[in-house]
Amino acid sequence: MKDYALMMIGAALVNNVILARFLGLCSFMGVTTRIDAAAGMGLATTFVITVSSMADWAVQHYLLAPYGLGFLRTVTFILVIASAVQFTELTVRKVSPPLFQMLGIYLPLITTNCAVLGVALLLVEGRMNFMTSTLFAFASSVGYSLVMVIFAGQRERLAVAAVPRLFAGPPIGFIVASLLAMAFMGFSGISTG
Amino acid sequence: MRLIERFFKEPRWGVHPDDHKRPAADVPLRVLPQPARVHMPLQQHVGGAARPVVLVGQKVLKGQLLAQSQGNISAPIHASVSGTVTAIAEVTAPHPSGLGFAAITIESDFADRWIDTDPVADPFALAPEEIARRTAAAGVVGLGGATFPAAVKFVLGRRLGVRTLIVNGGECEPYVSSDDRIMRDFPEQVVDGARIIMHAIGADESLVGIEDNKPEAIAAMTRAAAAYPEVKIRPVPARYPMGSDKQLIQTLTGKEVPADARAAEVGVLVHNVSTCAAVHKAIRLGQPLVERIVTINGAAVTAPGNIFAPLGTLVDDLLAFCGLAQAPARLILGGPMMGTLLRHGRVPLVKGASGILAFDAVEAAVPEVGPCIRCGSCTRACPMGLLPLEMAAHIRSGDLDGAIGYSLSDCISCGCCAYVCPSHIPLVQYFSHAKGELSARERAKLRTEAGKRLAEARLARLERDAREKAEVAARRKAERAAAKARVPSPQPEPQEAST
Amino acid sequence: MFIAVASLTLMGIALGGLLGLAARYLAVEENPLEAELQALLPGSQCGQCGFVGCAQAAAALARNEAAPTLCPPGGRAVAEAIAARLGIRIDLAAVRDDGPQLAFVAEDICTGCCRCSKVCPTDAIIGAAKQIHNVIREACTGCGACVDRCPTEAMGMVPVPVTLPHWIWPRPATV
Repeated sequence: MKDYALMMIGAALVNNVILARFLGLCSFMGVTTRIDAAAGMGLATTFVITVSSMADWAVQHYLLAPYGLGFLRTVTFILVIASAVQFTELTVRKVSPPLFQMLGIYLPLITTNCAVLGVALLLVEGRMNFMTSTLFAFASSVGYSLVMVIFAGQRERLAVAAVPRLFAGPPIGFIVASLLAMAFMGFSGISTG
Repeated sequence: MRLIERFFKEPRWGVHPDDHKRPAADVPLRVLPQPARVHMPLQQHVGGAARPVVLVGQKVLKGQLLAQSQGNISAPIHASVSGTVTAIAEVTAPHPSGLGFAAITIESDFADRWIDTDPVADPFALAPEEIARRTAAAGVVGLGGATFPAAVKFVLGRRLGVRTLIVNGGECEPYVSSDDRIMRDFPEQVVDGARIIMHAIGADESLVGIEDNKPEAIAAMTRAAAAYPEVKIRPVPARYPMGSDKQLIQTLTGKEVPADARAAEVGVLVHNVSTCAAVHKAIRLGQPLVERIVTINGAAVTAPGNIFAPLGTLVDDLLAFCGLAQAPARLILGGPMMGTLLRHGRVPLVKGASGILAFDAVEAAVPEVGPCIRCGSCTRACPMGLLPLEMAAHIRSGDLDGAIGYSLSDCISCGCCAYVCPSHIPLVQYFSHAKGELSARERAKLRTEAGKRLAEARLARLERDAREKAEVAARRKAERAAAKARVPSPQPEPQEAST
Repeated sequence: MFIAVASLTLMGIALGGLLGLAARYLAVEENPLEAELQALLPGSQCGQCGFVGCAQAAAALARNEAAPTLCPPGGRAVAEAIAARLGIRIDLAAVRDDGPQLAFVAEDICTGCCRCSKVCPTDAIIGAAKQIHNVIREACTGCGACVDRCPTEAMGMVPVPVTLPHWIWPRPATV
């Protein structure tokens, strides 16, 4: 139990997808102008990562590994992810049209969000069992959502702050992102602790 | 002990500016000699502008009706001097924009003849509705600055069953002392007016809140109210904005008026001391509101003090009477915290004007504006518990909805935040701008809706026209067919010939 | 080789089938956005946006084919409302908003041809044939449809005059 908890904390905070592994930076800068959009993106990505990593685990263990089809890994994983994203898109469109409009092009682009494929590939590398890999994927995506929401909150405040003209807009966003990444470095103390 | 008292008793809002009320407040009241000409604006109150009932060239007596009220919330305007109506035209409004508004100009005949009044010996024998009617007919509005028609508040207070009348003698604005003067010189008028209002709204007690920096007024009012136990004089700590109704209600009764609610909904009604005196005059003497006490103060004035002046007198005339030591660097109608900036002195004195301030360059100096350092001073000072720094930041970046999220609508524009701001940010101007933008947006929405209704009406009309035309054509065709059936010969129809 | 091709084909068919089912059960009938957007537009069908009427403009907005700033008579207020409904941010400073406008008739040029009153979407222009026409200010939405129609260029647009209750404090200069 303790192992699971440590692994999840490690995946969510210490080795955060965005701030430690630098995956999914496109959506990190793209949909963090509003908290509600960022939270929606986080939820959608959490769903996609968790579902696709479960499917990918099955594909890896029952198809790719037994038949020695390792060279097809990327192709099959992307196929699974793309289907999961399509399904999410249909759902979001049905459930919340405003969120659908807000996420815009970034919703189908979850397919190419490297965080999703990255997590799936990390699971294969880690040789985890089904339970561990599902929890790992879920924790990673929670970490992703957390950082998205935190950063969106900061950007909402930045939008009304008096920023010198030279830094206004994306530049100050990147500076804040770097400060946030440094703050997350503090979590590495947990793992060695 | 003092510390504990300070912590628990003193209100934790507002500011304590240097009040600058003396020596002007201690100078005996002076009466302005008849001005040669007065301009009576048609809109001196909240609500609909009054409609003129006099003609140019007509002779009027003092107190004669010039313009009658229009709509539910409005107030009539009366002549403040006897003389001849010479014009009904635009004059500069006491408004920071410097735009004009309609006013009736009267050339004085210096006779100061009153019209026949209808005094009431015993107002307590009158029905409350009759008191409200007479108050409305006398054009009495809130003289503290809000200028809300007093009679409308009477009716509202009676309907909501208000038990407590609060008489506002706070006068927290620095420099201004007209309420102080009226309480010192005419305390019996104020107390009598308060009792009449209590009768009109059916209240059973009235609390007179007077700031403790006016000991003479407290003493005079206590003497005048000694015979009437239902009128209670309550000194309150001097603190700006004690004269704002929500703050005074909370200090005196402990009740908090909810946002978007009126004071009457928590069972109290607030009237200014000057309004009480005006109600006394309107009922006991039958005199409409045509004169008021106004404070002339500021370093540019030679002999500051309180003046009893007819409404409609030009600010320049009042300043000339008190004497100007130098050309004023800034002219303000009202108090320095919430008053209206005047562009020049050719502006008439209106019902809600409690003071005229002529500042010299030192008093009018505007410090340089710096960036917000997020010290939070404004948050501590705000009497409404808002976050002025956040609202201003959102307004500055054009995010009005964000500012509404911080309860911009609860802002009373008291100016405490701007007063304490160490960066001298013009916070109130941000809020005034945003409130104006929001009401413009509201108006635009109404306009769009009205346009949509008209467009729909037009489509309906076009459809109806087309249908009627088709019907007429069909009827004609049927008639023709019927005629043809009767007369089979191919001779021309008389109907067809006529068309 | 065969296994690779077969497995990918099978996966493709299975996932495609699942998505097909999902599309059937999660289908969005009619886009409710369109009606809501249409309610935000002025509804005077003036055609200044380039579409035939407000319904078509709303449809284009819902399909993301038009900018929220498309409505000139609506100005900033309408642009803001549409952007909020669509959940997107727009640069309001870019919206050309000269404030509300009113049509007026230059009475010495008007020939009384009645063409302007026929195109007015809100019946705000009155006047009979061969008589000088006039604009009812309260009914005019400032759409400008009449201006192009006038053969003698007697129609023009003026900003709604600023009066005391309409005056707005200017925003303080930013530091």
